[in-house]
Amino acid sequence: MQGLYAVFRKELSDHFSSYRFVILFAVIAMVSFITSYMAGLHLRENLEGIAKPKFVFLMLFNTPGALFSMVQFVAFFGPLIGLVLGFDAINRERGNGTLIKLVSQPIYRDAVINGKFIAGVVTISLMLLSIVLVISGFGLTLIGVVPGLEELWRLFIYLIISIIYISFWLGLAILFSISFKSIATSALASVALWIFLSFFISLGADVLANAVVPTGTQDQAETETIARNARIKELVSLSSPMVLYSKASSTIIDPMRKTTRAIILMGPMERLSASRFQNPLPLGQSLVVVSPHLIALVAMTLICFAISYILFMLQEIRT
Amino acid sequence: MDTSVIIETSHLTKAYDGHMVVKDLSFQIREGETFGFLGPNGAGKSTTLLMLLGLTQPTSGTASVLGLDPVRQARDVKRIVGFLPENVGFYGDLNAEESLRYVADLNGLDHHRIRARIFELLELVGLKKDAHKKLAAFSRGMKQRLGIAEVLIKEPKIIFFDEPTLGLDPDGAIKLIELIQSLNRERHITVLLSSHHLHHVQKISHRVGIMISGSLVAQGTIHDLAREKFGIGEKEYSLEEVYMKYFQEA
Repeated sequence: MQGLYAVFRKELSDHFSSYRFVILFAVIAMVSFITSYMAGLHLRENLEGIAKPKFVFLMLFNTPGALFSMVQFVAFFGPLIGLVLGFDAINRERGNGTLIKLVSQPIYRDAVINGKFIAGVVTISLMLLSIVLVISGFGLTLIGVVPGLEELWRLFIYLIISIIYISFWLGLAILFSISFKSIATSALASVALWIFLSFFISLGADVLANAVVPTGTQDQAETETIARNARIKELVSLSSPMVLYSKASSTIIDPMRKTTRAIILMGPMERLSASRFQNPLPLGQSLVVVSPHLIALVAMTLICFAISYILFMLQEIRT
Repeated sequence: MDTSVIIETSHLTKAYDGHMVVKDLSFQIREGETFGFLGPNGAGKSTTLLMLLGLTQPTSGTASVLGLDPVRQARDVKRIVGFLPENVGFYGDLNAEESLRYVADLNGLDHHRIRARIFELLELVGLKKDAHKKLAAFSRGMKQRLGIAEVLIKEPKIIFFDEPTLGLDPDGAIKLIELIQSLNRERHITVLLSSHHLHHVQKISHRVGIMISGSLVAQGTIHDLAREKFGIGEKEYSLEEVYMKYFQEA
């Protein structure tokens, strides 16, 4: 454990004193601040003179202010935090000739990679926690509503999901930093994969679904064909961690959202109940709805880290 | 087995993709000696050192360091063996004291007692006044000396030096070699020194081994090797002459 703790402490202090962390944190804090401010103003205007809805506090996080809501912002740009913290974790040490020094100390070799990963996760957690706290405090003064216990739980779970989501990208970046010797290559590869999985996968899903089940022009197609097409589209896009995360986090943060499925894929009973019962979902049920997404997200993170772990343990370190 | 033997290898072999880097290497190093490890670039010296430390698995054969098996007990071996790699790296944003402290932490040394030891070692390697200077501003010679302090912090019984004088100016190289010699004499640390600078090796080594393309072609004192190649003569042969003779024959 001694080695793990030593590496962890060094990495953590490196993160907090690095320019890249300061810049990243400043940008993200600023954007979240502006977004929640816009959302707060918007809420205050719209709630003027009417009875406040039950979960008004959470709306701070999912009301789009000008462009996007806080939740969407983390889904799109949160990965950058993970990538920036991890893309040169191993290959920088290799290039500097410090990796051989580390592994010739009496520590288990996995202490190096575990320490780095844990330090990254702790950095991410502190970053997100402080941002959520700042927005909450800010919202408190702006809309003047104290969050209830359930809202606090939902926020807490949202925080955990976000940490797992960004840790996935951290794990991916570390994986690239192990497999590529050059820092520039690992940075580019991780950014490329981020762009692909976050932005192009929906395009790809469209193309693939139309190739497998052509719907032709919409009004001629059978309902069954359109549904199959939509199902394939959903299946493909669910391979993107961003889609998984967006669905999970928006359901957790918005109790009125009862399903993660597109309208077209709902059964008639489900559609009926969605329109009939306009009550918010209890927290436990929201969790049930998103549990497949959460499990997939955790699994992706673990698989990613496991691959890095194995690669690193098998790699020969000469410099 | 002779009790004074501290490192022993037997038929140690390493192959990468079928290409033999180290071939059937068997040698012994005795406790308290300085062993000079010679050979051209790519002869397999570094690979041998890595195998002795457990950083690389041998393809076949065994090694024993203080009775420990580097393959299975790598951590125990690394606790008593210090290693100064060729072109060792440093964290440029740390200063000398912080860098030493990190290595001490990695070795699990007691935090409170370590401070005095850090300064004692910095004094030994002549870096006391630079203790709070960032390593990015260190010259190559200073880095190499700091590297030695980092190796010494765990109080090793054996130290492997891989090309420690490479790229140093003559004055710095001689001081470093004298430092290594004093570690061997005063602290009774067994030294395995791999180097191309033959006069340095000759100055401090008790015995030498010459490795050419993966095989150890000779081992013994310089005097013995000279006698084997040139016969008994009036002249004292230098290590350089002996080495060249072996090299040409190989």
